[in-house]
Amino acid sequence: MTKSISISTGSDPGQSARVRTEFPSVSGSFSGARTGLFSARAYGAILTVAAVLALLPALNLILPEAHALYVPDYTVSLLGKFLCFALAALALDLVWGYAGILSLGHGLFFALGGYAHGMYLMRASTPTPQALPEFMVFLSWKEIPWFWSFTEYAPYAWLLALVAPGLLAFVFGYFAFRSRITGVYFSIITQALTFAAMLLFFRNETGFGGNNGFTGFKTILGFDITSAQTRAGLYWVSLMALLGCLLLARAITQSKLGRVLTAIRDAESRMRFLGYEPLGFKLFVWTVSAMMCGLAGALYVTQVGIINPSEMSPENSIEMVVWVATGGRGTLVGPIIGAGTVNALKTWFTSAFPEYWLYALGLLFVLVTVLLPQGIVGLARKLLQRKQERLA
Amino acid sequence: MQNLARGWLTILFLISGLFSGALSAQAPEAVPGDQDWPVKVSRLATDLASSDTTTRLGAIEALGLSREVRALEVLQALAQSTLYVSASGDMVIETEPDQFLDVTTGQPVTSTSAPGSELRKVRMNNRLRSAVQSALASSELLGGSAARRLAAALGLQGEADPARLPILQQALESETRAEIRDAIEIAIASASLRSDDLATRLMAIEKLGESGSGQFISVLTDLLASDAQGNPVESVEVREAAQDALDRIRSWQQLQSWVGNLFYGVSLGSVLLLAALGLAITFGLMGVINMAHGELLMIGAYSTYLVQSVFKLWFPQAMDWYVLAALPVAFVIAGSVGMVLERTVIRWLYGRPLETLLATWGVSLILMQGVRTLFGAQNVEVSNPSWMSGGVQVMGSLVLSYNRIAIVVFAFLVVMLVWVILQHTRLGLFVRAITQNRTMAGCVGVPTGRIDMLAFGLGSGIAGLAGVALSQLGNVGPDLGRAYIVDSFMVVVLGGVGQLAGTVVAAIGLGTLNKFIEPFTGAVIAKIAILMFIILFVQKRPQGLFAPKGRSA
Repeated sequence: MTKSISISTGSDPGQSARVRTEFPSVSGSFSGARTGLFSARAYGAILTVAAVLALLPALNLILPEAHALYVPDYTVSLLGKFLCFALAALALDLVWGYAGILSLGHGLFFALGGYAHGMYLMRASTPTPQALPEFMVFLSWKEIPWFWSFTEYAPYAWLLALVAPGLLAFVFGYFAFRSRITGVYFSIITQALTFAAMLLFFRNETGFGGNNGFTGFKTILGFDITSAQTRAGLYWVSLMALLGCLLLARAITQSKLGRVLTAIRDAESRMRFLGYEPLGFKLFVWTVSAMMCGLAGALYVTQVGIINPSEMSPENSIEMVVWVATGGRGTLVGPIIGAGTVNALKTWFTSAFPEYWLYALGLLFVLVTVLLPQGIVGLARKLLQRKQERLA
Repeated sequence: MQNLARGWLTILFLISGLFSGALSAQAPEAVPGDQDWPVKVSRLATDLASSDTTTRLGAIEALGLSREVRALEVLQALAQSTLYVSASGDMVIETEPDQFLDVTTGQPVTSTSAPGSELRKVRMNNRLRSAVQSALASSELLGGSAARRLAAALGLQGEADPARLPILQQALESETRAEIRDAIEIAIASASLRSDDLATRLMAIEKLGESGSGQFISVLTDLLASDAQGNPVESVEVREAAQDALDRIRSWQQLQSWVGNLFYGVSLGSVLLLAALGLAITFGLMGVINMAHGELLMIGAYSTYLVQSVFKLWFPQAMDWYVLAALPVAFVIAGSVGMVLERTVIRWLYGRPLETLLATWGVSLILMQGVRTLFGAQNVEVSNPSWMSGGVQVMGSLVLSYNRIAIVVFAFLVVMLVWVILQHTRLGLFVRAITQNRTMAGCVGVPTGRIDMLAFGLGSGIAGLAGVALSQLGNVGPDLGRAYIVDSFMVVVLGGVGQLAGTVVAAIGLGTLNKFIEPFTGAVIAKIAILMFIILFVQKRPQGLFAPKGRSA
């Protein structure tokens, strides 16, 4: 008997078989990892989409407002946000789709990255680097707390945005995976973790602005944070980050380590019997995912100009999960498509029929899980396959 | 379905037992009267009408010592400046503008027929006002209802005025109720603390120590004080007695706060238990993570609101009992929603627990928004029935509120109900069989699909019952369920899957732990500490407190 817990009655023989079909099988042979991350066609598609996305802020900057191809400011900032969401979804998919670890607490890593970078932005918005941020003055604090030290230096804040979520994930993951907590139990305790963190950050005494969080950013690296040029710059940085992380994720999943992870996802006990210790594999991908999510949060906060503890609410984390599920987990492009689709829907719904958005989102959850377990990408693949069969 | 009907009857039976005790009304108490009252009234009226403050003070004092019940009314009228007197000996109380009550007879008189034209308000000054307050206390002590006598005695405890000793002694002689006697004795002790007689003082100090009341700490600490030269003011005996008394009070208060924490912890635990019990059934049975569980609680609470509205419209005289009627309604509504949910969504997802989690989260969003569409986004008002407001006072100053007590009792009854259903009905037998081994149970003829539906309905119905209870404790709004969902999962995870006893122990334990941490750290940190504790605990014992033994795990 292993110590691991299976959630349903463990003796249900159908269960493990069904679990395996939840994820798309990894196509292509292992040797493919050495010839390149993507096929030439895939590279072409990715680069085309990236080029089109990269062009949009340029159109916003260069063209006059009256021009037919002019892209409004609103669209640029909205798409900039979506890029961050896509990055967070990619991070979540890396653990859920490839290691079978469903995290309901990725919003915490997202928010931690945001808070870490927000600290720098708060310091950059005060008249002098040593001046207290506004909320500390409001709380009549006399000096900057120790955990705020060095945050006036942007590179340190960037490092912190990666290290803080990464470290938390590492410690939490080490204990959780060592105790072989899997499945629903893991999901629930990640949810508890982010809930506890939210309560903690809501307190003024914690030192992160309490209820209001951070806002009122003015400059970043000396540039005006609200100017169109800075926005475009941030957008391009987000796009680069997303592309970079996509390549990194692809490299991880295509490597031998990635294959082991997928095997652990499908049959953890069997892998253990074969002599693999899953702890290190899972911990690695879990920490990487948290750091990616932190990066996404840092970019997000810079673009939207506010971070507060409600980012850590369990609702936000679970919404991230639906982006991944809608796009198709276990595929790296899926979550990016999913995050874009769901958020575009959300933007449209909340302006057109605000009271129906939750119905739509709820229905999306139900329909995707019941009817489309492999998401949009899975559906597309199936349709493509059918077409090829018909042709053959 | 037969089994469900049996469950129904059991609920109704148990609940009717719960509230039968509350029905016995208290018999009205006889009020002491005074035969010479009419004679005294005219005398008092003349005195109060006089311009001499001392005369008026005497009248007020006499009123305070009178055993006549109307003397109390007169004093209250004085305090509220609604008493009118004439020099000729008439005294009336203004009840409403131009509506008077004759003090002698207690009959209403109109202003036109009010005898004497020279009626005027009794003029008050500060001295008179404080005299009225004291007299009110004395009067209530002698002539009020039991509750007022007790309140008056408790009030006099704090005053510590030696001038009150005669009244207190007199009240003590005539008092029959033990708790009021005790309160009066403490008041006497407090008043005689500065007495000249050493023995009286020592006895008074001891009595104050016995009272265990925190209000005497400062008086007793004063006895230990030293003067400017550093010499103790009081004699050794007095100081020793005072120190003993202080120690007794402190340890009593310690005990009191422990009992208070325990009670509030258990009541919080009962809330958690009610919220988590339905979840324990569905989670234990089917491994289904029902994220919509919180919304089933909310549906229960809204059912209470509906029943309340129905009662307001058609049975306003039975408003006090609407909560009882809400129980079956909430059970049926929440149970039906649960069964529909099981048939339409969850049955497609068995064996894929992570997927059920997502799908039920979607359902919870739909339910929440549905309630917003139907009832509006604002909280709705659900009132407490009158028998649930107030509380019982124990150990001196500790108040246990009736609604908390009702929750504890209710949680116990619901647990009993679930236990009975699981252990002593055919449905329960099947449920336990499926929990142990679904395939095998199916092989020997248990209709697993139908049992899944019924059990899910049962778990949801119990969430509905919990919703009724929650509606009595806090706000009822569309977000009600969200507040409980994380906590409910914590309870189930801590207790272990499929274990009723585990759920009970985990819920009560978490509630109590929370209340004991709270005084040191504040509510938020206590909550965070609990969450961290559970996260750590699950690392050590992933199978929960009470893991099922054997291969079925």
